[in-house]
Amino acid sequence: MDTESTYSGYSYYSGRSRGSHRHGERSRDRHKSRNKDSRSEKSVTINTPPAEPLLGDSAVRGEQVQDDNWGETTTAVTGTSEHSLSQEDIVRITKDLEDSVGLDCRRYFTLTLAVILGLLVFLTPVAFLVLPHILWPEKLQSCGTACEGLFISVAFKLLILLLAVWALFFRSPRAGLPRVFVFRALLAVLVLLFVVSYWLFYGVRILDAQDENYQGIVQYAVSLVDALLFIHYLAIVLLELRQLQPCYSVCVMRSTDGEMRHYNLGQLSIQRAALAILEHYYCDFPVHNPALLSASKSRAAKHLAGLKVYNVDGEFPAAPAEGPGNNAAAGMAHSQSRAMIAAAARRRDTSHNELYYEEAEHERRVRKRKARLVVAVEEAFTHIKRMQEEEQKKAPGDVMDPREAAQAIFPSMARALQKYLRTTKQQHCHSMESIQQHLAFCITNNMTPKAFLESYLSAGPTLQYSRDHWLARQWTLISEVSVTSGLKDGSIFQLKCADFSLVVTTKKIPYIQMSEEYIDPKSHKFVLRLQSETSV
Amino acid sequence: MSNFIPGQPLIAVVLRIEIKKLRQGDNLILGFSIGGGIDQDPGQNPFSDDKTDKGIYVTRITPGGPAEEADLRMGDKIMQVNGYDMTMMTHDQARKRLTKKNEDVVRLLVTRKSLEEAVKHSMGSYPRQ
Repeated sequence: MDTESTYSGYSYYSGRSRGSHRHGERSRDRHKSRNKDSRSEKSVTINTPPAEPLLGDSAVRGEQVQDDNWGETTTAVTGTSEHSLSQEDIVRITKDLEDSVGLDCRRYFTLTLAVILGLLVFLTPVAFLVLPHILWPEKLQSCGTACEGLFISVAFKLLILLLAVWALFFRSPRAGLPRVFVFRALLAVLVLLFVVSYWLFYGVRILDAQDENYQGIVQYAVSLVDALLFIHYLAIVLLELRQLQPCYSVCVMRSTDGEMRHYNLGQLSIQRAALAILEHYYCDFPVHNPALLSASKSRAAKHLAGLKVYNVDGEFPAAPAEGPGNNAAAGMAHSQSRAMIAAAARRRDTSHNELYYEEAEHERRVRKRKARLVVAVEEAFTHIKRMQEEEQKKAPGDVMDPREAAQAIFPSMARALQKYLRTTKQQHCHSMESIQQHLAFCITNNMTPKAFLESYLSAGPTLQYSRDHWLARQWTLISEVSVTSGLKDGSIFQLKCADFSLVVTTKKIPYIQMSEEYIDPKSHKFVLRLQSETSV
Repeated sequence: MSNFIPGQPLIAVVLRIEIKKLRQGDNLILGFSIGGGIDQDPGQNPFSDDKTDKGIYVTRITPGGPAEEADLRMGDKIMQVNGYDMTMMTHDQARKRLTKKNEDVVRLLVTRKSLEEAVKHSMGSYPRQ
């Protein structure tokens, strides 16, 4: 029964199709994340069905697996292929629906709160000015010139406040963060308290007493609007300006292939820092390509499966008991694992050799295919020429728009491109449609063949690929401290997505003490180094 | 050839060498070449232990010349010439001291590394009283 478990481990890796390799990863990191509230850790993400592969060649899909044991285990049906659903996926879909509904409710709630607060803030000065006229018009002193001048001031300040609030707050939200945005909440509370206290004062001293000095009331309303403008200034400083000065240097590393980037951030809360990092992630990190990780996984599987520990003496480890019994069992397991490690260390002598030659061979193959591709593309581009204005006399049948021109020259380079993408394991990132679109784009903009090829020769950032690759997905922020607390030196958190996670570590930028040194331009003087030898 | 501090007395084991000048045409030659001096670059000296030593060193011995007969060796540091100190000399001054036309014989005090070791050996084998 032990041998069966080994082979079922193989079937996980070998029988996989493109979408289901995450099975193994997910079940392994089930115990790692503590803050996650989603229960379906073992599920497989439904990737949006990849667009049709290059030239409709269905042989492309089966070719990724290079596992030695495929002959024995290909019958296993692992979680899913691209289009079928398993029970876990259904559970996950319903949970996603619930989550998204919850999130929308929160968004609308905050939106309505904000609108109510805004209306309150804007209508308050107007109310202060209008209410005396409504409630005690006969007692009110008439408004002199200075007072009417203040009306203009109130009007313009309110207009400026309106524009400023629109510019700062009424922008479409670019992300849904897990916790409330602390500064915004504090500012809202401050504004509310402020307006309420003004209303209190107004209610008690002016409405109750029915004050006749209208100029005083107008000045009171002007002071309210001034104070609101200052609160808006405070909002700008807290929300926008404070994080501009770089204070921390964060190191972001992707867990699957170790891609690492460094960014400078200011003083932010962890969730805002995570948002800034994600925005950089989409344009700096090369796209996540799971096909590139298959080789190391198959090597790891070979290591694990090759060794088996047999207990020749026939002693069974005792059931876990207190005291010495437990130690015996633990000791036996310990010695077993040590024996396995020692044997594995001895066995490892040949696999590094295989790796070296395999990589050298792969490098050579990639270069050969690239050479063929470059030649094919250059030749294809020579068939197309931009038509000049004076050549309009040509028969209209020969004239093509960029899309048709792309379709005309595409077949001559298609095969070389397909082979190259297959060798570098990028074929699922580019569909035939997207390649033709890119070709039409390059032809329209007078690009050289090299410019056209550049996006296929190396993996670009996630932004470069089709929309379903980089449409904002569900990211989970995993952190040991509260996500609304600020970044500190040495804080570590993780941004987890379905396929991989980004591990972020923070370091404080040190205080730089700079001093100056003045060099007089006349002080640059030189002498020859003498070494003479004289015979006497 | 020990580390010397300018201005402090220098202690070294020296060898007395007497060279008779040879007449060659119009010149009196000694048969060796010197290098070094306080105006030269001490870092380029291949013979010195301490690369800040700006003393005068023997850089070449003409085979069969008077210097070779007198057992002067390449790499020797010249400390005195006819009683004049050579440890703080420019290269040109040193040359002039060695090539005075009215002197037939130059008496040199030279020091070399092997001298110190020889003295240490000899002092070690005979116990001091």
